[in-house]
Amino acid sequence: MTVPRFQARVLVRLRPSVLDPAGEAARGAAARLGVDGVSKLRIGKAVELELEATDADEARRRIELLSDRLFANPVIEDWSLELLDS
Amino acid sequence: MSIGVIVFPGSNCDRDVVWATQGCLGLPTRRIWHEETDLSGLEAVVLPGGFSYGDYLRCGAIARFAPALRSLVDFAEKGGRVLGICNGFQVLTELGLLPGALTRNRDLHFICEDANLTVVSDRSAWLQDYSATGQLTLPIAHGEGRYQCSEETFRQLQDDDAIALRYGKNPNGSVGDIAGITNPRGNVLGLMPHPERACDPATGGVDGRAMLQALMN
Repeated sequence: MTVPRFQARVLVRLRPSVLDPAGEAARGAAARLGVDGVSKLRIGKAVELELEATDADEARRRIELLSDRLFANPVIEDWSLELLDS
Repeated sequence: MSIGVIVFPGSNCDRDVVWATQGCLGLPTRRIWHEETDLSGLEAVVLPGGFSYGDYLRCGAIARFAPALRSLVDFAEKGGRVLGICNGFQVLTELGLLPGALTRNRDLHFICEDANLTVVSDRSAWLQDYSATGQLTLPIAHGEGRYQCSEETFRQLQDDDAIALRYGKNPNGSVGDIAGITNPRGNVLGLMPHPERACDPATGGVDGRAMLQALMN
């Protein structure tokens, strides 16, 4: 019997209240590229992972723990999780 | 008793600290590899500057899980003195020994210059040899030193008299011009400026000496 394998993507974003100077710099570059009208640009991180777990609930529980404790710092960041069967 | 300096892969100010504490101040100091867990016989522990684990993910995010830091939490709870400098400050916030977080400098630049600082509180042993509202000059060298915290945490820092140092001229966008904070008890200090680079008259300035002397007082 094989243990089910799950694929997931965790998106980590700076909280809206936290200034994103890298996003602002990229927004400035967008204008210099000639693309006008970019009123907001914020840069986050995507973590893609695969893990083995007995079921989807267990997979979700483990990834939520990783997201809360490792991938994101809740003082400055929010995260969201997409879980995909594979 | 001696001072311990924890060394992570990517630390680069650990030798500077040893030079300052042992070379300049004559305080016995030993370096501790991050995989060690024995902190016995130490009066104080320093987390030095640098780029622990390449600062992958976030500054200090991976160092936080080092075996030595599990021991460090017990050490701090028992009242042991812990000093986090620059990357060490970032590690202390990730570890939860100090509140808040350190983020990209407002203007994105890595800033390497002397910073004029004001002592906000001389309550803790670290700063009791500097009078409150006293001024000192220490070098800063960081790309991610913008201190951030919630308004609630900021009020708590003020209520606890835990803001230790402020910048005279805010270089990085830190909330409340904060350059360094302590825990409520005062035995843990984290700061972005480098006191260990201001101990040897040959390299300019000795304003950091009293802060490092407090490791063994």
